[in-house]
Amino acid sequence: MQDVVVSHSIVKKILDIFCFPTALQQRKINAMLFKTITKENFKKMVEGLMEENEVIGPKSRDRDKEGNKIYRFLKLNSFDELEMDYTRSYSSPKDYFLPFKEDLATYRLEDKGWDQKIHCTIHPRIIIGMRACDINALLKLDQVMLKSAYPNPYYFARRRNTLIIGLDHEPLEDCFCRSMNTDTASHGFDLFLTDIGDRYFAAINSDTAYIVLNRFNAREVTEEDQLRYKRVKKQVESKFKTQVDITILPELMDLEFESEVWKKWGDKCLSCGSCAMVCPTCYCYGVEEDIDLSFTQATKRRFLYSCNLIDFATVAGGYNFRPDAHIRLKYRYYHQFRGFEEAFNQSLCVGCNRCGKACPAGISPKAVIDDLIKTEKK
Amino acid sequence: MSLKIPQHDINLEPFMSRPPDFNRKSILMQTEQSFKSEIFNIIPLTAWEKLFDIRICDPYEREQFTFLPGQFVMLELPGCGEVPISISSSISNKEFIELCIRKVGKVTGMLHRLEPGAIVGIRGPFGTHFPMQKMVGCNILLIAGGLGIAPLRSTIYWANEHRSDYEDITILYGAKEPGQILFDYQFEEWHKIFDLKILTIVQNRGENWEGRVGLITDLFDEVPIDPDNTFAIVCGPPVMFKFVFAHLTNVGIPRQRMFLSLERRMHCGMGKCCRCNVGSTFTCLDGPVFDYWTVMNLKEAI
Repeated sequence: MQDVVVSHSIVKKILDIFCFPTALQQRKINAMLFKTITKENFKKMVEGLMEENEVIGPKSRDRDKEGNKIYRFLKLNSFDELEMDYTRSYSSPKDYFLPFKEDLATYRLEDKGWDQKIHCTIHPRIIIGMRACDINALLKLDQVMLKSAYPNPYYFARRRNTLIIGLDHEPLEDCFCRSMNTDTASHGFDLFLTDIGDRYFAAINSDTAYIVLNRFNAREVTEEDQLRYKRVKKQVESKFKTQVDITILPELMDLEFESEVWKKWGDKCLSCGSCAMVCPTCYCYGVEEDIDLSFTQATKRRFLYSCNLIDFATVAGGYNFRPDAHIRLKYRYYHQFRGFEEAFNQSLCVGCNRCGKACPAGISPKAVIDDLIKTEKK
Repeated sequence: MSLKIPQHDINLEPFMSRPPDFNRKSILMQTEQSFKSEIFNIIPLTAWEKLFDIRICDPYEREQFTFLPGQFVMLELPGCGEVPISISSSISNKEFIELCIRKVGKVTGMLHRLEPGAIVGIRGPFGTHFPMQKMVGCNILLIAGGLGIAPLRSTIYWANEHRSDYEDITILYGAKEPGQILFDYQFEEWHKIFDLKILTIVQNRGENWEGRVGLITDLFDEVPIDPDNTFAIVCGPPVMFKFVFAHLTNVGIPRQRMFLSLERRMHCGMGKCCRCNVGSTFTCLDGPVFDYWTVMNLKEAI
């Protein structure tokens, strides 16, 4: 028998039994263990981890024209490079799970035939300072890459070998993660830190993180710690300024499919694909193969792509199913807010507004969605 | 005590040492491993299309490879690229997979330069199939335009192997020119042995063409359709769908009894790369075979 339609619960069960030992299963459990660690000890901990592992963290790389720092998640060489008070990384830490370019297989070409070799080996890595929205973005990617048909072994390898240390922050002007319900993370990390003055309040969600933390004199949560933690959380909550109404969005996407709004914003779109590159959840890709100059080796490579690029839906023979910029822009929103909603009961967008910042034409998701809702109300 | 984070070596997982089974969609497997296959025979059909007889080299993998009519494979030429091709052979042909390929791009152009004996890679089968079991006891109307006959050929073989399950089977086939008609060398066999009715039409009359000239919809006047007892399978260029379905809907065939196979760009075949997304649906997972009702509810489908 083949192509049997398997119900969702059975799929989940099969996945649980065969594919996801410990680490990924633990993700489903919300963090229940809390400890605090002084900032001094945290520094020691990071330095200790750095000695034996690759540690990734937010680093400032440049300044924009207003003089603000531009951050990226990069390999840390010393603790001083780690900027725990960073605002927003320009591109998302998705790069370490769905790298821009990744070799899927290599081929040794012979006179007659070839031999394929598949690369899935990933060395352990620690990412420090991921925001709640980025952690939620990973959970959304998990839905596609691991929990639907054909779980992806490359993503699986990276996910299994990455220790995630999250970090709370006060929202920026344009963050709308609260509207997208991704402003807090209850799972999907190993450790999640909240700054409560001289120490970090840590939610622990994996055994590895628990062991590491305990080696650096983490202490039990006192009543005062808890009060301070709650105060910080409240403060964070009160700082959200940007709101986007998404409740009616999935239906609106269908109703306003022919709306002028798409043309208005789409005509601005330069079809450069920057939005998808910096997005923490965009996962579209392309595959290319090439032969090296000696004609003995070939490589099959996956590279991130964007649905805004002109040839995204061009089929052999040259027919383009989405020839205009506004159609492609509409499709991007349609997938984010309608398509993903249909498949996984949540929107793909996490509300980080990285695409809005990166867009050279100044298209921001909030403006587009507000415009859509406005036409609906007219 | 060391602070080294333990490595989870994926290469030690059992799935890394067994060949993938693409019919078991939910298990973790080496999704990029292609089955080494040898091209056994190449039959030139027209100036642009060739039929490739392909045999999976490894006996175990060959045994395991099973598909249903309408499904497709990703055909890989290492170092050149990978293309989705629908399977044109009978599902009971365990030895060979037949793929009808038009020379249209980089990879297919290179494939056309291959000679028998060349080794290619195959991943699959992927996608949905024509629900042949649902059609038992009914008439089947197969409508193909141009290269659209390729995925239907597998259906024709199925119909022959289960001929007594079905009532009348009619094939309407339209092409641009007489020279572009595919599989015409089999028409007589299909008609006489398979007991199918075949009607062809071309858009531009060429030399030595005595058949009808016009669009595929012109053939409908020759075929009486019983809307309560007919399933339609349509495959062809997007422009054809609109007119054919308009007619079939007029005749009164329920939309859920009409099937079509969509064509989209694909880079993975597994619902990951999003290249084949139509509205919010993946052509590679939920398609390429859809019923017309579903397609009507998809944005930008046809």
